[in-house]
Amino acid sequence: MKYEATIGLETHVMQKTNTKMFCSCKCEYGAEPNIHVCPVCLGYPGALPVMNEKAIELCCKAGMLLGCEINPYSKWDRKNYFYPDMAKNYQITQADEPLCLGGQVTVEVEGEMKTFTLERIHQEENAAKNTHIAGASLVDYNRAGTALMEIVSNPCMSSAADALAYMAAVKQIMQYGGISNCDQEKGQMRSDVNVSVRPVGQKELGSKVEIKNMNSFAFIKEAIEYEIDRQTALIESGGSVVQETRGYDPDRGETFTQRTKENAHDYRYFPEPDLMPVKVAAEQLEQWRSELPEMPAPRRDRYVAELGLPEYDAGVLTADKATADWFERAMLHTKNAKAVSNFIMGEMMRLLSEQDMIISESKVTPEKLAEIIALIDAKTISTGAGKQVFEAIFNEGGEPKAIIEAKGLAQVSDDSALDGWADEAIANNPKPVEEYKAGNAASINFLMGQVMKASRGKANPGAVMQMLKQKLDA
Amino acid sequence: MADLHKLTISELTEQLASGTCTSVDIVNDVLASIDATDGKVGAYLTIDREDALAQAKAADEARAAGSQLPMLGIPVAIKDLLNVKGQPCTCSSKILEGYIAPYDATVIAKLREAGAVLLGRVNMDEFAMGSSTENAALGKTSNPWNLDHVPGGSSGGSAACVAADEAIASLGSDTGGSIRQPAAFCGCVGVKPTYGRVSRYGLTAFASSLDQIGPLTKTVKDSAILLEVLCGHDKMDSSSIEMDVPAFAKNLSNGTSLAGMKLGLPKEYFVVGMDPEVEQSVRDAVEHCKSLGAEIIDVSLPNAKYAIAVYYIIATAEASANLARFDGIRYGMRIDGKDPIELYGKTRAAGFGSEVKRRIILGTYVLSSGYYDAYYLRAQKVRTLIRDDFTEAFKQCDAILSPVTPTPAYKLGEKSDDPLKMYLDDILTTPINLAGNCALSLPCGFASNGMPIGLQIIGDAFQEETILKVGHAFEQTTEWHKKRPSL
Repeated sequence: MKYEATIGLETHVMQKTNTKMFCSCKCEYGAEPNIHVCPVCLGYPGALPVMNEKAIELCCKAGMLLGCEINPYSKWDRKNYFYPDMAKNYQITQADEPLCLGGQVTVEVEGEMKTFTLERIHQEENAAKNTHIAGASLVDYNRAGTALMEIVSNPCMSSAADALAYMAAVKQIMQYGGISNCDQEKGQMRSDVNVSVRPVGQKELGSKVEIKNMNSFAFIKEAIEYEIDRQTALIESGGSVVQETRGYDPDRGETFTQRTKENAHDYRYFPEPDLMPVKVAAEQLEQWRSELPEMPAPRRDRYVAELGLPEYDAGVLTADKATADWFERAMLHTKNAKAVSNFIMGEMMRLLSEQDMIISESKVTPEKLAEIIALIDAKTISTGAGKQVFEAIFNEGGEPKAIIEAKGLAQVSDDSALDGWADEAIANNPKPVEEYKAGNAASINFLMGQVMKASRGKANPGAVMQMLKQKLDA
Repeated sequence: MADLHKLTISELTEQLASGTCTSVDIVNDVLASIDATDGKVGAYLTIDREDALAQAKAADEARAAGSQLPMLGIPVAIKDLLNVKGQPCTCSSKILEGYIAPYDATVIAKLREAGAVLLGRVNMDEFAMGSSTENAALGKTSNPWNLDHVPGGSSGGSAACVAADEAIASLGSDTGGSIRQPAAFCGCVGVKPTYGRVSRYGLTAFASSLDQIGPLTKTVKDSAILLEVLCGHDKMDSSSIEMDVPAFAKNLSNGTSLAGMKLGLPKEYFVVGMDPEVEQSVRDAVEHCKSLGAEIIDVSLPNAKYAIAVYYIIATAEASANLARFDGIRYGMRIDGKDPIELYGKTRAAGFGSEVKRRIILGTYVLSSGYYDAYYLRAQKVRTLIRDDFTEAFKQCDAILSPVTPTPAYKLGEKSDDPLKMYLDDILTTPINLAGNCALSLPCGFASNGMPIGLQIIGDAFQEETILKVGHAFEQTTEWHKKRPSL
């Protein structure tokens, strides 16, 4: 018998707000523990939550970018459970009236375009961070109460590849929209994965297993694959899958039981009496919609159609919003899209990666790159010299023209200078000259190299070639 | 002793303004009064003597510099569930032992801004759960009119200290009658403002959708003065309303006529089992209002009979979550365990009293999977019906008159073994919290055993001015409020 898997994801995304969801404490990753705290996020007696409007804006925008309907009426609920990471011992979340409803993500998976649908996005508050050391547990409440969205997909995926493609698309859209940095190492994007297996052709879904709280794409892939295999083997051997919550142990490459259905929490959701329901005015939603940036897919298509870039270049440039924005700023000052693309994909990415920097930190500004390209196009410098100028500015800063002058990189096309170098090259290299004259056209390249060397790269290669041919063919 | 402690806010403000006394004099008199009688009454949990005198001195200096703040130099006692920065806030519970409030509740900040002197904190039922102040883990409070009787609750200390002249005024909180009932039992004036009028920020929550902070005072006018200070929108409390605060005190005319005013009398509020002396006093009070020119009409609040059931579902449900934060992790009592769950269990078992535990269990039950619809959801629907009753009634009248409690203050221990019996005593006050509107309690007589009887004046939402006007007219033309207990 053949089996198929059904997968759904609950993805938690920490929004890029300056302050927490229900108090004015600062959001800062990596700060000294427990410095960004107040009576509200520490759950002190008498403290009350007040909604962060920026978080609502970001959640609505996330919903718009993912094609959700924005719920005209959403409300807050308390989810009750005792754990030291939740100061009040209840989490403020949205149970039956979330901020965003429906939605979908269309993405290419192994060469095929697939659309994955969403159930909802709701807003909630983050938990504190627990660290367990020998004999004690430490709680850092800096993260407690930060704004967290939960993006819930429908059970509409069937493989680890689907799940990863979906996650990658969601991540890119969240980053693009300025909703979240989605830095998985900082816990800004974590997923719970629901996996079930059923015989092909069976209508109802198999028993669902939830694998909790994974932040790495690699682990999610391993966990899904392990779980599909485990459940399939279990069913094939005549057993049945127990509905439960499992964890993933990356060291052993296995999932393990955390909580069975019998021990499942009763969260006793009820409406949060300290907060009013949320009704976002239609004009406000329109305002937010008008502020949404262009998403990667249409942007990529536009680069191909309007700028004539190859698909590959357009894909690389739009993969990251900051890069694409940088590219477009450069395009305000030049028409040579391919040259800008070449510099970004070549020199820029190499140097950024070598020096572990991000594009906004580059000393080469879009304006300066446009100037370098203009100088190349005007044949003032060679492409090679342009790369030298780029690297010099990247490392030291400065203006292209001043660097060209200081390093003597201006191209030489002047016949008298070229004439001397060409004669010298012909005189000193009789063998290639003979070979060329005997019909080996490629031998001229050696002579050309000698001239370029003598000019220290400044000679205009076109002019050199023309002069050598003139002299040898005469 | 110049007996300044026996005076009202308005009388003392006049004296302070004319220079016949200072705030330091007042605080000294009040502290002397506390020393003389609080051994018997037991209203206070902590008294901030030096701090109060320092505040009084500062108030006197401010007055000398020209300040005329509404509460300048007036000593006020605080129910011990309001956070006062740097002071304990025990909620009369062992579980908050050692907790020092790191911030001021909004009402405390408002009192400071208005120049009031914070005297100390007074006793209450643990986490405001109770009607007699007998559910208090840290002290016992008696009714100043008869020390064998309860002061009422949960704001029992707030009412007892004002009745015993151990404070000029106090703050209480009212979730199901916790200001009005002790005010009635102790013969003082108490106001439960409209939900949203007064910020709850810094009030340790019992039931978030019902709690309101309000004044307990010796006169209606004093309540108006204090209420005006407490009211106003607060960005720290999402349930507080953005609405202008009327000049409650200034708008109280000295006129005693109620001509043109329609006062409703709900037939359902004269319940079976009501003490005949209470009923008679309230009916006499109604007649008195009629003699002042008010038109008395019959109104009906048919769903009031469900109020107790609805109240004890909604209030306990909210409380079960609100009190979850008292877990021994971050502040207060901690009894260690081998893991967090055991720590919680041991700490909460030792820290909470039995009534608090009873209500947490009840609230947890009504929210549980499979019971939610039958209890919590149903209760919310009936709550809407109760609110609709008031909306209908206020189409016909300006205010509603009723008793505050079915009986006067009973004896200590008399009902403490029978929680249900005590719950039923809240029948006349809880509907107002469920509906969210405002009500005032003021003295309207005495039972033959000498215990005070209260009249409840219920107003529509945000109609505090109306109930203050009726109460003030009644008070100006009666002598009940002038009687003081002999201690």
